[in-house]
Amino acid sequence: MSKRIAKVGIFVALAMIFSYIEAIVPFNFGIPGVKLGIANIVVVTSLYQLSIKETVGISVIRIFLMGVLFGNGLSLIYSLAGGLLSLFGMIFFSKIKIFSVMGVSVIGGVLHNMGQLIAAAIILKSISLTYYLPVLLVAGVVTGLIIGLLSDRIIKVLCKTNKSIV
Amino acid sequence: MNKKDLILIGAVLLAALLGFLFFNTDKDKGSTVVITLDGNQYGTYPISTDKTITVKSENGINTVVIKSGEVYMQDADCPDKYCVDKGHISKVNDTIICLPHKLVVEIKDTDNQPPEVDEVVK
Repeated sequence: MSKRIAKVGIFVALAMIFSYIEAIVPFNFGIPGVKLGIANIVVVTSLYQLSIKETVGISVIRIFLMGVLFGNGLSLIYSLAGGLLSLFGMIFFSKIKIFSVMGVSVIGGVLHNMGQLIAAAIILKSISLTYYLPVLLVAGVVTGLIIGLLSDRIIKVLCKTNKSIV
Repeated sequence: MNKKDLILIGAVLLAALLGFLFFNTDKDKGSTVVITLDGNQYGTYPISTDKTITVKSENGINTVVIKSGEVYMQDADCPDKYCVDKGHISKVNDTIICLPHKLVVEIKDTDNQPPEVDEVVK
C-alpha cells in the first residue's frame, strides 16, 4: 500500500511539473483554447503501466492540485470537464484494445477538447461556440498524436527494461 | 500506429471537414447584431447604423463597435483578449465570443431584406 502511494505520488509530481512547464512555456499553436497538454504523457503512460484506479487518482489529484495552486474556480471546471471526459474515454478504449497507444491518445485529445467545449457552452449558456468544434477536433487529433507518440516510446522503453517503474 | 488508428484519425478529420463546410456555407451579409450576456439577450442593433455599445457586467467591460456594416470588439478588460483579436465580422452566424465575460456578439439575418440596388457586386 505504501509503495502504491509513493508510486502515485511520483506520477502526480511528474504530471504537475509538466503542467507547470506548459504554464511557463505554452505550446498553444496560436489557437485560442488549444494547448499540447504534456501532462497527458503521464496519464497515457500510467494507463498502460499502472491500474485504472491509480490512473484516475493521478489525473484527478493533478487537476485539483494545479487548480488550487495556480488556477481559479473557472479554470478548474474546464480542466475537470476536459480531463475526466478524456480520461474515461481513454480508459474505455485502452481496455477494449481496438486502437494502439496512438489511437487511444488521439481519442483522449479529441475528448479533452470536446469536454472543455461543453463546459464552455454551459458556462456561456449558449451553443454559439459550436462553430469552433471543427478546429478543436483537428487540434485534438494533432495534440493526441504528439502525446501518443511520446507516450508510446516511453511505454516501450519501460516494457523493454522489464522492470517495475518504481 | 495500426490501421484502425488511421481509420479513427481519418474519421475525426472527415467530421471536422464536414463541420467546417457546414459552418462556412450560407455566408451572406447579416442585418442585425445580437448581443447576449450570460444567456440573456442584452440588445439587438441594426448593422447598418454605426454605434458603439459598452457592455458592463459584474464580469467586466466590453466595447462593441458597429461601423460600416461590420462589427468588432474594440476593447475588453478580459485577461485573454481573444474577443479583440477576433477582428471584424459581418456575415450571418459569425460570432465574437468573450468567454470570461460570458458575452456573445452574433450576426443574424432577421428580416431577409433583398440586397440594396446600389450594392457593389464584386
